[in-house]
Amino acid sequence: MQAVITCHALTKHYRMGEVDVAALRGVDLELFEGELVVLLGASGSGKSTLLNILGGLDVATEGHVEYRGTDLTAADADELTMYRRHHVGFVFQFYNLIPSLTARENVALVTEIADDPLDPAEALELVGLGARLDHFPAQLSGGEQQRVAVARAVAKRPDLLLCDEPTGALDFQTGVRVLSVLERVNHELGTTTAIITHNAPIAAMARRVITLGDGRIANIEVRSQQVAAAELRW
Amino acid sequence: MSALRKKLRRDLWRLKGQVFTIALVLACGFLSIIMLHSTYQSLLAARDAYYAEYRFGDVFARLERAPDRVAGRLESLPGIARVYPRIVEDIMVPLASEPDPVTGRIVSIPDDGVPPLGGLYLRSGRLPAPGADDEAVILEQFARAHKIQPGDRLPAVMNGNLRQLRVVGVALSPEYVLAMSERGFGIDERAFVVIWMLRGAVAPVFRLEGGFNDVVIRTEPGASVPAVLDAVDRELVRYGGFHAVARDRQTSNLALTGELDNLRSLALAIPAIFLAVAAFLVNVVVSRLVFLERTQIAVLKALGFTDRRIALHYLGLVASIVAIGAVIGIAFGAWAAHWMTDLYSDFYRFPTRIYHVSPALVVVTVGIGLVAAITGALGAVYRVVRMQPAQAMRPPAPLSYHRTLAERLGLGRALGPSAMMVVREINRRPVRFLLSTAGIAMGVGIFIFGRFTWDSFEYLFEEQYLREHREDLTVALTSPRPAGAIQELAHLPGVELAEGERSVPVRIRAGLRWRDTVIIGYAPKPELHQPPFELPSDGMLLTDQLSTVLDVRAGDLVEVELLEHDWPVREVLVRGFVDEPFGLQAHARADWIDRLLRVEPRVTAIMLRVTPEHLADVRARLKELPAVGGVTSRARVIENYRAQMGGSMVVITMILGLSAAAIAIGVVYNNARIALSLRSRDLASLRVLGFTRREISTVLLGELGAQVSLGVPLGLLFGTWWARAYAATIDQEVIRFPLHIAPSTYATAATIALVSGLVSALLVRRNLDRLDLVGVLKSAD
Repeated sequence: MQAVITCHALTKHYRMGEVDVAALRGVDLELFEGELVVLLGASGSGKSTLLNILGGLDVATEGHVEYRGTDLTAADADELTMYRRHHVGFVFQFYNLIPSLTARENVALVTEIADDPLDPAEALELVGLGARLDHFPAQLSGGEQQRVAVARAVAKRPDLLLCDEPTGALDFQTGVRVLSVLERVNHELGTTTAIITHNAPIAAMARRVITLGDGRIANIEVRSQQVAAAELRW
Repeated sequence: MSALRKKLRRDLWRLKGQVFTIALVLACGFLSIIMLHSTYQSLLAARDAYYAEYRFGDVFARLERAPDRVAGRLESLPGIARVYPRIVEDIMVPLASEPDPVTGRIVSIPDDGVPPLGGLYLRSGRLPAPGADDEAVILEQFARAHKIQPGDRLPAVMNGNLRQLRVVGVALSPEYVLAMSERGFGIDERAFVVIWMLRGAVAPVFRLEGGFNDVVIRTEPGASVPAVLDAVDRELVRYGGFHAVARDRQTSNLALTGELDNLRSLALAIPAIFLAVAAFLVNVVVSRLVFLERTQIAVLKALGFTDRRIALHYLGLVASIVAIGAVIGIAFGAWAAHWMTDLYSDFYRFPTRIYHVSPALVVVTVGIGLVAAITGALGAVYRVVRMQPAQAMRPPAPLSYHRTLAERLGLGRALGPSAMMVVREINRRPVRFLLSTAGIAMGVGIFIFGRFTWDSFEYLFEEQYLREHREDLTVALTSPRPAGAIQELAHLPGVELAEGERSVPVRIRAGLRWRDTVIIGYAPKPELHQPPFELPSDGMLLTDQLSTVLDVRAGDLVEVELLEHDWPVREVLVRGFVDEPFGLQAHARADWIDRLLRVEPRVTAIMLRVTPEHLADVRARLKELPAVGGVTSRARVIENYRAQMGGSMVVITMILGLSAAAIAIGVVYNNARIALSLRSRDLASLRVLGFTRREISTVLLGELGAQVSLGVPLGLLFGTWWARAYAATIDQEVIRFPLHIAPSTYATAATIALVSGLVSALLVRRNLDRLDLVGVLKSAD
């Protein structure tokens, strides 16, 4: 399988007030075309930092990240913006929808600037919200809002879908529903998907499970059998 | 220092951009109050002190000639305390250094040198020595303009004879604070001189021994001025009285009062705008601050701080902003008041300078500012008090939006999501949007309002004076002369065309209403002084204003008392009306006036068109003619007007421009900051989705752009409306302002608002570059 993302000896240091915090301490990692990966780790393990660097939201202190052979560590802010625009879709814990735009318009935000997008209605259909196209975020439940966020992330047909605790703010049933949508997108569109979570049972849906701890990769488990998202329990 | 006080200090520092821009708008308000009110009060005090110390009269009357005993009779009339009879005659002064003859006004002073009313403030030299019949004291404005000092000679054509007067003193007088020339446009200090001479020296020259032709009266305190005027007129009518006027219509005082009234109106209107805008800005900023700090407020309440204590904390922030504004505004205001008082006092030449920035005014000013700012903050502070701690600690409910009316009508389809965000944001907070728009409109309006008087004057000058006056020289005659005088001047070498004009002072009555004015009589086919209307072959045209004052319509007969020849009273047909900016006059044909008076054709002024190469010779020749009272050159009027307007115009425009910019920046910058804080999450989301900084700037600044694009045209309308409302309050009998606002004024006002908006937007855009994408998105709010 071809690697979409390759990281080598990635480190990241933050200054928190007067203290120097090492969030990543030399991470080597590859994400392959079309796979669904779960990044597992406790709070402070560095998983979000890693995801932000992979998504072009942050830059590493040392080491290299390559996207299909392009070195992201050498990219400037504008190049990172274009990288996000054309190749990456994000889903966050707190949906981050634009409250003044309807579901369809939130998705259209992305389809307007993408090269070969899905139709917004089609993307919302994909996440099971075909009937709620013209609702504003305030008129949608948390799970529905998160599904709009997923639709918005996938509508540009990204090469990489990065999800940071996508079920963190949701109850179990709604969480499972959102994960099912991610699973479906991964199957139907073949989007390389990385899901960050601290919730271990979710790992069962992934082919590879990467566990982070203290800024390093502690373990990479390759699973021969995956559990369907709908079957997950926690 | 208490913890809350530390918080206050740090809040002020954190919000420094917003604090400073609001303080600046407040400072403009404070500055304008202190500057305009102090200047007004200082000038009023200086004027009143001047009038009191130099015994400015209450009533003034001119007449042909009356024996001295009449003065005694006047003094015995009820309501009159003091009567000062004197001799006043206009003469020609053929000054060598001046191309045209200057109009001189001889005013007699008692032989002991001290007039009981209308005293002289001697600036240099001395009063004429007893018995000296060629010694004169002259008006300082003129002396300075021509660098004439005591000891110099002044030529004067008195009753046909050229005399060389010896200037022994230079003086000021409350009667000539603004020495207005009657023919020109505005004040020309070089072309008008008052010459005070001993009565004993003047009376024989004008054959007024034992008599007088001018009187100044002091009324008793509480006396009815109209009754006094009436009594004086009745007493003087048989001596050719030209009708008495009260102090409020005395030429110099009328102009001075007009200017001071102007200042007072500005002192009320301009600060009100600044304070209203400042109150709005305080409202916007404090509301947002309270919203952002709601969890902190909840914690404080949970810790046991009282509502009052917390409310006072936020009011303390408001008071601090007011204090910063007050320090800047009052310091600059006091300086500006001093500067402006100096500027005006120099112009008016008040003998005493009074600088009066009263502590009471400062206290009231700060009080008004505080009230305005606290009013702006009240809503937010009320929310602080009402806040339930438990509720406030939870994140706020998601903002709910709705489809706008335009979308429901199907107009929204053309807009993309970015534009839709802007539209829905406006739709969500329409009041704030409208108030911001109104704020920008006020900034634009204040500029237009401040400039319109200049524009209107410019228009009057260009459109009225220059278009009507095509002559090179206007020769005013000392008294009505036979029409042959026109031919005499026409024969001077270089004169291409000479045209007579015939004016006569009149009192026009319609029923119980009356006004003193003048009928201007034009040549049958005027080429040089062309009125912009057709003249009837008989009857007269009145200015619109005069027709209103007299309440007459076209076709009415009015009674006209002609104050010339044997003072006949005639019934005259009003043929129609003309719209003129200045004064209350009537227009007619010169030959009709002569027919009305039943005299041979006469002229009172002659307009000349002269070839450029002969102009100097003609002007020199005119100075030698005893019948010439004064000469006005069109070129000189233009030059004088431009010189007067130029300097002060630049300063005023700059002050207005800065004020407008302070308001526009205050509104746009603060709104942009608030928008940024309200929507940083949306904007960060967009950045994550791959929007460039430029693209999210459009989303953020779109609303501000809409405010400015709407505020500017509204401001242009508001400024125009304000100017019109203000023009309506100006004494219509003196001047009717043709409301004229130059396109360049509109353009400058709009540009200032647009540039200020742009600068504010750029300032805020820097913050967009520092947007913490990850931090914003990982928080619940």
